[in-house]
Amino acid sequence: MAILLVSYLAYRLLSDDGKTIFMPGDLTSGHHQIGIVCDACHTDSFTNKDDMQKACVNCHGDQRVKPFDSHPADKFTDPRNTDRLENINALYCVTCHVEHKPEITQKTGLTQPKDFCIHCHEDVAEERPSHAGMKYDTCASAGCHNYHNNRALYTDFLVKHAGEPDLLKKRRMPAREFGEVLDDLATYPHAKFPVKTVHEGDISDIAQKYATENIKHDWMTTAHAKIGATCESCHSTKTSVWEEKPGSDACKQCHNVEVKHFMQGKHGMRLQQKLSPMAPAMSRLPMKEKSLDKELTCNTCHQAHLYKLQRSAVDVCLDCHDDKHSLAYKSSPHFQLWEQEQKGELAESEGVSCATCHMPRTSIDVSDWLRRVVVQHNQNATLVPNEKMLRPVCMQCHGLGFSIDALADERLIEKNFKGRPEIHVQSIDMADRDNKRHQQKTGGE
Amino acid sequence: MNMVKIIVGGAVAFSVAGGLTTTYAAEKMVSVKAMADALHLVMDSDRTIYTRKIVNRLVKKEKVIKASEHFEDDKALVLPAQMFRFGAELVKKRSKKLPDVDFSYSLQSLWPINKQNAPKTKAEKAGLKFVADNKGKNYYTEETLGGKKYFTAVYADTGVAPVCVSCHNKHKDTPKSDFKLGDVMGGVVIRIPVDG
Repeated sequence: MAILLVSYLAYRLLSDDGKTIFMPGDLTSGHHQIGIVCDACHTDSFTNKDDMQKACVNCHGDQRVKPFDSHPADKFTDPRNTDRLENINALYCVTCHVEHKPEITQKTGLTQPKDFCIHCHEDVAEERPSHAGMKYDTCASAGCHNYHNNRALYTDFLVKHAGEPDLLKKRRMPAREFGEVLDDLATYPHAKFPVKTVHEGDISDIAQKYATENIKHDWMTTAHAKIGATCESCHSTKTSVWEEKPGSDACKQCHNVEVKHFMQGKHGMRLQQKLSPMAPAMSRLPMKEKSLDKELTCNTCHQAHLYKLQRSAVDVCLDCHDDKHSLAYKSSPHFQLWEQEQKGELAESEGVSCATCHMPRTSIDVSDWLRRVVVQHNQNATLVPNEKMLRPVCMQCHGLGFSIDALADERLIEKNFKGRPEIHVQSIDMADRDNKRHQQKTGGE
Repeated sequence: MNMVKIIVGGAVAFSVAGGLTTTYAAEKMVSVKAMADALHLVMDSDRTIYTRKIVNRLVKKEKVIKASEHFEDDKALVLPAQMFRFGAELVKKRSKKLPDVDFSYSLQSLWPINKQNAPKTKAEKAGLKFVADNKGKNYYTEETLGGKKYFTAVYADTGVAPVCVSCHNKHKDTPKSDFKLGDVMGGVVIRIPVDG
């Protein structure tokens, strides 16, 4: 019996998808897709916190720096902060985000009690009289504070944007600018793909075997032919061997930032771990029956050769997603704007698609020396906590107060923002009161 | 007197005109106090130059740009104190890769705008009070934090430009709003680990 059991366990340990039997508890929704790759997190050992921390930073490190993180680890490596670490060891992600503990894991992935801020901010009311008497388990209430990203919630920002109208005069997402900044992109393969328009005559003999009239048309009428990408640019990336269905390595040659982000999000994280692509059947969210077996790669959303961005901004999302928020989109005011943009009644980037909010165009540092507008392909980057969406998304069209209230109203989110917020978050009012108190004290300066 | 071994690149090779190459072991014993004083001199000089030649020149004299605590949002210059802190953070990050280099520094005040920059340890509290009460003098001591022994030096940080003083006096979070030009407004704390 014992031999049988040992053999069975050994088999499970060695098989690709059998290791889950050894899992001490279910994984969070952030990691469940890659659960069979134990060493994605447990790199060299199951007990060494430093090894595990490296794994956390490897995937999440980009955002754990100022100004995107109010509490980066560096803040706590100063010897003068040693005593703070005795209460909350902020040098390790696992102090607050323990995996395999679904019974204590909150929606944000937090496994500490909600009032953990008290350890360092017990005297907050001395500096902020508006906070007197507040309980510490309300610090992270919607629209107030996050441990990490407070870019739209810090006092001066709240005061600066107090009193803004619900709808701003200028309502538009930033325009794409990849083509304009190519010369400045050190990572762009200029030598391999000189920027010039290529024509039908540039199609090689081998490519001619595959190039149907439709493919030729799609390629020549979209950006790739205009910017020097021939058939071989994607179909023969490493060798002269023709690759019929190139993967993300082909895209990465020019779109490395986009592919990197894609692989950080739920759509692409399995590919990052060298697993089969994500399929809706694996998701914990409601997905449409007809799409359960669809595999998510770059070309799932960006139809090969055509790369029609309008389709990848709405239709492909709704092909799979079947939750209330997604199903309500087509009866939302945002969709009306999207339709108006498609009809030419609104200018480009004035409509609101699924991608406008969940894959927003944001200006980010793509190197130490260059900032450019990119489409954020990690759809999780602004999702939880949803205040991360305020600056790059909501505030492109709406005032801060309205945006904070709307994101705090779960029923309104479910209705895909059809209607008005029925919740009012006090953040701006409190910041305004503290600011006015200061102005009275200093005579209005 | 605590001494610290300063190693500059392990060894330095000098080429001379005749083609001879001599290798010197570039190890020299200097006092930990001298090291702290030297570090402070570099930090203070760099920040003074940034304040005078960049911030004050462009903001006050040529009036072409603002300096702001929220420099990214306001598309402005970083404040001199922020420039100093960013330097300290970069040193912390880069020194991790240098096994022979270990020190940290911070800008603190008895009247901090950000309460996180108030003195915390006994040495910091005593040091900041000493440099405020004894203008022109530095404070040196030893302390043990997290089981590790440090040589800790505190240097006065003085309001050298009118803009330093006025900005601190007006800030909504300042606990002191009557600083005058030349006042000690805080202190630079340099910490170097020493053998127990």
